[in-house]
Amino acid sequence: MIGYVVRRLMQGLLVLFVISVATFALFFYGPSDPAKAMCPESRCTPARLEAIRTNLQLGRPALTQYTEYMTGIFTGRTIGTGPAAQKCPAPCFGYSFKFSVPVWGYLKSRFPATLSIAFGSAVIFLLVGVAVGVVAARNRGRPIDRLTVGSTLVLSAVPFYIVLLLAFLIAQQQWKLFPTPQYISPFQSPVGWFKGMLLAWIVYGIYNATAYARYSRGSMIESLSEDYVRTARAKGLSERSVTLKHALRSAIAPVLTIFGLDVGFLLAGSFFVEYILSIQGIGLASLSAITTSDLPLIQATVLIGAAFIVFGNIVTDVLYSVVDPRVRLG
Amino acid sequence: MTETLGSTSADTATTTTTTTEAHDDEPFLVVEDLTVKFPTHDGLVHAVSDLTYSVKLGDTLGIVGESGSGKSVSSMAVLGLHDMRSTRMTGSIRVNGDEIIGTKNDDMRKIRGNEVAMIFQDPLSSMHPFFRIGDQLIEAYRIHNRGASKKQARARALDMLDKVGIPQPSRRIDDYPHQFSGGMRQRAMIAMALINDPRLLIADEPTTALDVTVQAQILDLIQELQREFGSAVIMITHDLGVIAEIADETLVMYAGRCVEKGPTKEVLTHPVMPYTWGLLGSIADVTSDTSKPLIPIPGTPPSLLQPPSGCAFHPRCTFTDRVEGDRCTTELPDLVPGPQGASHLKRCHLEDPESIYEVELKEVVFG
Repeated sequence: MIGYVVRRLMQGLLVLFVISVATFALFFYGPSDPAKAMCPESRCTPARLEAIRTNLQLGRPALTQYTEYMTGIFTGRTIGTGPAAQKCPAPCFGYSFKFSVPVWGYLKSRFPATLSIAFGSAVIFLLVGVAVGVVAARNRGRPIDRLTVGSTLVLSAVPFYIVLLLAFLIAQQQWKLFPTPQYISPFQSPVGWFKGMLLAWIVYGIYNATAYARYSRGSMIESLSEDYVRTARAKGLSERSVTLKHALRSAIAPVLTIFGLDVGFLLAGSFFVEYILSIQGIGLASLSAITTSDLPLIQATVLIGAAFIVFGNIVTDVLYSVVDPRVRLG
Repeated sequence: MTETLGSTSADTATTTTTTTEAHDDEPFLVVEDLTVKFPTHDGLVHAVSDLTYSVKLGDTLGIVGESGSGKSVSSMAVLGLHDMRSTRMTGSIRVNGDEIIGTKNDDMRKIRGNEVAMIFQDPLSSMHPFFRIGDQLIEAYRIHNRGASKKQARARALDMLDKVGIPQPSRRIDDYPHQFSGGMRQRAMIAMALINDPRLLIADEPTTALDVTVQAQILDLIQELQREFGSAVIMITHDLGVIAEIADETLVMYAGRCVEKGPTKEVLTHPVMPYTWGLLGSIADVTSDTSKPLIPIPGTPPSLLQPPSGCAFHPRCTFTDRVEGDRCTTELPDLVPGPQGASHLKRCHLEDPESIYEVELKEVVFG
């Protein structure tokens, strides 16, 4: 088990290494010029451009710069030379071109908002999705099943940003059913945090719950027809125990696999939610980084996002072996 | 039911006797005119039609037939395991005098696993793969013994595992089903079924998934436990060898109906119905001449959506020309006493099946 986790972590690091090389290559060989991105357009003279280039030592070989970048993540480094040099403490992902602050500090301040969105909506879509799926599976083929399957299909056929936009404009702006979406630290005001996140959680949670409802319905229908569920019934268990203990236990395993991956993606930033509801999270940060060609920021968001997804994968696999004793890791 | 730990056979015997006396005019299980139909998209499936049988405590009834002949469906009905929303059931099933058909699911739960327990065909798929063997046994015990502590239930589970011959039960009780071998899993399944001292044990092809040596052990175990607890047993199988070894009475099913029923020895030595002849002719016998080919029953089992007219076996029967007119294709034969008397019933139009069997088949075909 421990050997397995270590091996998976090593594989994960390898994946992250490849991604770091790819993003760095984008930075180095890509069409946008870092010096230009740093040079304010109105006051950008060729001399100034050249000065930035010299200061950042952009002329050095790619490998040197890559090594410097990667070392900086673990040990911190000094960016640039001479009087314009800036200290960048570990973990250093470079300096943002646009904000002139260390990328790490900037992203760290954005992360709680993204984490809050991810946490609340994950709870909702897992609970609501599985509950709806179980009810539908138990009533397979009957009106309540058709209604739930039909409505989940209709809802998920509409693009998420339209659903969110409509919910925001109508339910929040017009009808005032929800408090103004915003991020307030839960340590500062738990109630404010809850209120500010409510719309995001509910809309994001329910929209994603549609997929979970269909997964768990399918998985549940399969497990309800298993021989061991018949055995459970033949033992004299109540329908409730048969469904929730015996059938759900095995039906939930594949659903958890998808859940682990989804949480990884959520932590990498929920761009639509942050953009439409103006919540300052990682997703919005990476979007503005792309529009302003803020390369260090793009690179960092890609790397950190990838790390979350890789980690989510490993956690899922380990969790699976906890749920299903037949899965032996090693 | 005794609730003490490790109840001895003497305890059980006493309880059994008292309860028998309460209903001494009627066998423990009585099935009368049972008909089970499932509506499907393609039409109504006539899974079981007019099935009547009974089993006394201490007796073993064997039910034989091909896949889809209604053996399992009829026995699952005894436990009320069919989804009543999608099943049409008529007739009467009485367990210890209490009517099962129409009983609410919640009331059925008191009988399931308690008075009537079931062993299923494939012990690997019939035990929950995610729960430990011991926990599954403990659960089975505690459903019907609410007052029992976890510790008592565990002691009982250990006792049962020991009784069914699991080596080192205290070490194996915390294993998962996949860590057991096929035979051990079936033993554990039997331990689970017997944990509440059921008075009727329904074994639905309990040995089909096991290899031959293990099969014999499992059958011995069931018989041994039956003697110890004095329970009634229904053995569902398609294996006449199993029937010969274990059943007191045998019921042959075809297309959802009983086609022959009688004392096992009678049915196996003086069968009175062409389908039973076919079954007997299609088993391999290691002691007989190996050059003698097995005789398969021609054709395939009939569709239960549209059962054949008349006798359901007529499309595969080679003796229809021995019956006057077209009765085989038009008229469903009644279940009537055969040549050996009222204990041996047959559903066949043949007038003198015994002489056909004795003269034409026994010597020529079965050697």
